[in-house]
Amino acid sequence: MQQKSKMIGLFAAMSVVGGAAWAGPDEDQLTINGEIAIVTETAAPEHMANVKTIYSGWRFRSDETQAVQMDDFDNPGMLGVENALVDWETADGSEGKSCASCHGASEEMAGVRAVYPKWNEEKGMVTTLEMEVNNCRETRMGAEKWKYTGSDMTDMVALISSVSRGMPVNVAIDGPAQSTWEQGKELYYTRTGQLELSCANCHEDSYGMMIRADHLSQGQINGFPTYRLKNTKLNSVHARFKGCVRDTRAETFSPGSAEFIALELYVASRGNGLSVEGPSVRN
Amino acid sequence: MNYGLGLGVAAVFAATTALAEAVKPTEVVFVDGAVEVSLSGQAGDPAAGAEIMNKGAGNCIACHQVTNLAHLPFHGEIGPTLDGVADRWSVPELRGIVANAKLMFPESRMPSFYKTEGFVRLGDAYTGKAHGDGEVQPLLTAQQIEDVVAYLVTLKEE
Ligand code: HEC
Ligand code: HEC
Repeated sequence: MQQKSKMIGLFAAMSVVGGAAWAGPDEDQLTINGEIAIVTETAAPEHMANVKTIYSGWRFRSDETQAVQMDDFDNPGMLGVENALVDWETADGSEGKSCASCHGASEEMAGVRAVYPKWNEEKGMVTTLEMEVNNCRETRMGAEKWKYTGSDMTDMVALISSVSRGMPVNVAIDGPAQSTWEQGKELYYTRTGQLELSCANCHEDSYGMMIRADHLSQGQINGFPTYRLKNTKLNSVHARFKGCVRDTRAETFSPGSAEFIALELYVASRGNGLSVEGPSVRN
Repeated sequence: MNYGLGLGVAAVFAATTALAEAVKPTEVVFVDGAVEVSLSGQAGDPAAGAEIMNKGAGNCIACHQVTNLAHLPFHGEIGPTLDGVADRWSVPELRGIVANAKLMFPESRMPSFYKTEGFVRLGDAYTGKAHGDGEVQPLLTAQQIEDVVAYLVTLKEE
């Protein structure tokens, strides 16, 4: 016994220190509730010059973390979806309306998550789902705006995502959205902070590798909002971006800023073809 | 007794003058990516260097594997293993790589540990806030660079 545990210890040390075998993505397949098939690997969209195949972040997580997302009863992110279902039906604001008053059942939102961020003709800009939710609250319901990364908002985005699960991400990058997309691309490749690292340095040049205890994924956002076991809550896209920029010892952009809207459009477009997965589970 | 005291004072004096003579990050002379002289004017301490490999602003094993540090968990894979690194590089080269790896390896993902200018959106450490007007400190001090180099020198295979 003593001998055996020593051996295991030795092997563990060797696999950490020994030859840097490229570890991951793994080969697992994702089906949610035994019925929603999720595409976690597909050919990269044409606009990506340096990557051939794109993978969902799910493929880089441990078997234990992966399992939590495979059944809605286990997925703690679904509690946020349930909270949002209450808000969906509850009238708020001076107009006495709820989301349901105008949109009917939440399932009517199927397909919406997959195409956002998206050009909004009336506003003359690219908008995110969060901005559309607040637009409804302010102009159609006469209700207070929700905080961009607050839990009401993130829960609602999780609800809207959940009814699109399994549909392919398909954001438009041409036409009026193109200049915003270009701005996002520029940000993705800019090295920031005292560590001088760009999104691409970690999520394009180094995915599949370990950075200390973290297994680097491609930094895809098809799974957002993500329930993180680390902070035990649903996390929005812009909150994640903020954390990653901060980790380069840089001054971050604010959630909802023009820069993060552009970056979200660009990063979303790097996932065109993967399935919508939110609310997903990550560590 | 008196004599002993005098020696102690002299040693402290020597240390402070040496500190004052540390080469500023903006004044380091790189020749083909290498730095000939000690940045702090002092020898490095390999034991202190080993600490920096693991923790704080160094955290070298976030990206590098080092068999000599196998007792510490989670070595990263972004850079090459540092086993035998002293067989591959001279001391001035190692000093240059740690101070500013991008001069030896253009476009490297390795951070520049002794650099204070030319950053985009420099933050105040890991707060996410802007750095502000204060003097920018390099990721490692001159002495910490020397300590890390002194540790790297021990990584020989031949
Ligand atoms: C210093 C390395 C580093 C940099 C630079 C970095 N990230 Fe990350 N990022 C990580 C790590 C580590 C994780 C957690 C493991 C994973 O999912 O890759 C992560 C996770 C993510 C995730 C979550 C993926 C998922 O499946 O849930 C997204 C999205 C992301 N990053 C986007 C970005 C963007 C956009 C940038 C640039 C603004 C960026 N990252 C810069 C290290 C980095
Ligand atoms: C974010 C990743 C990262 C961190 C942190 C990092 N390095 Fe590196 N390092 C690299 C990469 C990548 C290379 C390979 C050179 C290149 O970029 O082509 C490298 C190369 C080296 C080399 C040359 C190795 C050889 O065999 O040629 C040395 C020595 C080195 N690093 C030491 C250090 C030390 C000491 C620290 C901490 C004080 C450190 N590194 C921190 C990424 C990193």
